[in-house]
Amino acid sequence: MTTLMEFKEVDVHYGPIQALKKVSLTIDEGEIVTMIGANGAGKSTLLMSIFGQPRISSGEIIYRGEDISQKSAHYVASHGLAQSPEGRRIFPSMSVEENLLMGTIPIGMQYANEDMKRMFELFPRLEERRNQRASTMSGGEQQMLAIARALMSRPKLLLLDEPSLGLAPIIVKQIFQILKDVASTGMTIFLVEQNANHALKLADRGYVMVNGEIRLTGTGAELLVNPEVREAYLGGH
Amino acid sequence: MSQTAGMNYKQCFTDAVVAALMALVVFGPIMGVVLDGYKFDIDFQRVAVIVCVVFVGRFIMSYYFQTEKGKAMIFKYASNHDGVTVNPPHFKSKMIWVIPVVMVIGFLIPFIASKYILTVMILGLIYVLLGLGLNIVVGLAGLLDLGFVGFYAIGAYALALGYENLGLGFWSMLPIAAIAAAFAGAILGFPVLRMHGDYLAIVTLGFGEIIRLVLTNWVSLTHGPNGISAPLPTFFGLEFKRRSASGETFHEFFNLPYDSGYKYMFIYLVLFAVVWAVLFIKHRLVKMPIGRAWEALREDEIACRSLGLNHVLVKLSAFMLGASTAGLAGVFFATYQGFVSPSSFTFFESALILAIVVLGGMGSTLGVVIAAFCLTVLPEMLREVAEFRVLLFGILMVVMMIWKPRGLVRVTRNGFAAREGAVK
Repeated sequence: MTTLMEFKEVDVHYGPIQALKKVSLTIDEGEIVTMIGANGAGKSTLLMSIFGQPRISSGEIIYRGEDISQKSAHYVASHGLAQSPEGRRIFPSMSVEENLLMGTIPIGMQYANEDMKRMFELFPRLEERRNQRASTMSGGEQQMLAIARALMSRPKLLLLDEPSLGLAPIIVKQIFQILKDVASTGMTIFLVEQNANHALKLADRGYVMVNGEIRLTGTGAELLVNPEVREAYLGGH
Repeated sequence: MSQTAGMNYKQCFTDAVVAALMALVVFGPIMGVVLDGYKFDIDFQRVAVIVCVVFVGRFIMSYYFQTEKGKAMIFKYASNHDGVTVNPPHFKSKMIWVIPVVMVIGFLIPFIASKYILTVMILGLIYVLLGLGLNIVVGLAGLLDLGFVGFYAIGAYALALGYENLGLGFWSMLPIAAIAAAFAGAILGFPVLRMHGDYLAIVTLGFGEIIRLVLTNWVSLTHGPNGISAPLPTFFGLEFKRRSASGETFHEFFNLPYDSGYKYMFIYLVLFAVVWAVLFIKHRLVKMPIGRAWEALREDEIACRSLGLNHVLVKLSAFMLGASTAGLAGVFFATYQGFVSPSSFTFFESALILAIVVLGGMGSTLGVVIAAFCLTVLPEMLREVAEFRVLLFGILMVVMMIWKPRGLVRVTRNGFAAREGAVK
């Protein structure tokens, strides 16, 4: 397996505050990698730093052999990285179709119709609502839309920031089932989550982040039974 | 009938009394105390009339809202959800025939209307241009700009200064002024790229004031508060003056008696054509990726960044296109007045343009056109009741905000569709 993305000793500062401390991790092609951690651990910072927001203060982010840490967001987005941002961030006044078309911005519209059809197969709920304004949909549907929008740019690596945020448990289950389906198409996924239970069950490998540092790493199954992880994230039983 | 049985007259009466009391507090000092030189008289009658009108009006309103019809109306406006209405892609409005009709009527106006009406129409069209420009910045891209008048001033002064210093006429300065204003838009755009909402509004407000103060104080270039004269347009080199030092004039060439109305007719027709061109360009832009990007930026900037949208380009293009439209409007304003001075470009103008965009409905082209005419032509028509113009303006605003908080015309647009076989 080849390495798709690698973080090498990445530091990120917000002014005087250090948000990430020497973070190193690798994501191999075809893998589902998850990063779990509590609020404010630096998970979202890590994800946004791939898009240069914020810029990392030292270290390297290697993507397919190239350091992308100083590249612009549109360069990154047009080279096979797509993100579903925290809190879904769909465009509320646009219809479902339009939201999906917005996802094609990095690569242009040449595959738009084909890809939209693919998305509607993957997310039949979205097809039912294709001409509806996105703000009128439920949270789960909006999350599906956010994931579908990210997939519209034909990414090599899909970055997901807390897809379970604010969703009912049953919907979370559905979302993770969908992620499993997406992964089965060969997509590499980097999932940042607070919902450790679901995330670790889905993931091939996992990292645990505490206060901007990577505390633990292992396969999903290993971390799921790790006493420290169980204590901190899984309610201790 | 059950309709009258359920009527609560006590409620109507209470509402009316409360409204009348409020009217007394608001209008009492304003309408009741009449300044006369250094003393003042107290005019009870005017206050009494207004309070009575408010009382009766509120009573009738209260009564109406208790009928079935009124309840239906309240329901309709209460459920006024925000945002735009999205039509399916390739939707064609049945009202499309209105466009050629308006075009023909607009084209015929200078040949039938009096000179006075024509000048009012020119002013209306200038504000349509300004509204369309600001609509790109505020309505589409969601960047609140309170200094829009600055670009208007740049356009107007470009014409006047270009004529005085470079000897360039209306036709050469029309594109140059637009470009100059666009540059000013870019200069303003760069420092405010990271700003949002209130902060952006304050900075742009400052920018508008800077332009006005520079125009006022740079006396050696702009002649300061004395203003500077601006040239008239020429018709294929023919001037619209009574006598021209440089060859024939328009009326001599066509063997017509001299009439100062010709120049207004010509300005109107050129302006009319420019407004349609801007409308057309804007209509196309909204459908293009840049239009989608503006709307996306208004909706959610973080989402745009995560999609890799180049927000520098998107914001700057909105600022520059909006500013260049204002620059065009400025050129027409200068040539129509024949004279520009800094006092024409105060903050009040910015507020008026913003009011046009807000009243029209943020992002709605049709709404902006209607609102621009309402806010410029109506005050002219209300000259007889000039004292009450601002009052009427205020009432209009309040009523609008209650019943049409999203503007006169609801923003409807066709959904975007991917073009078949389209390449980036």
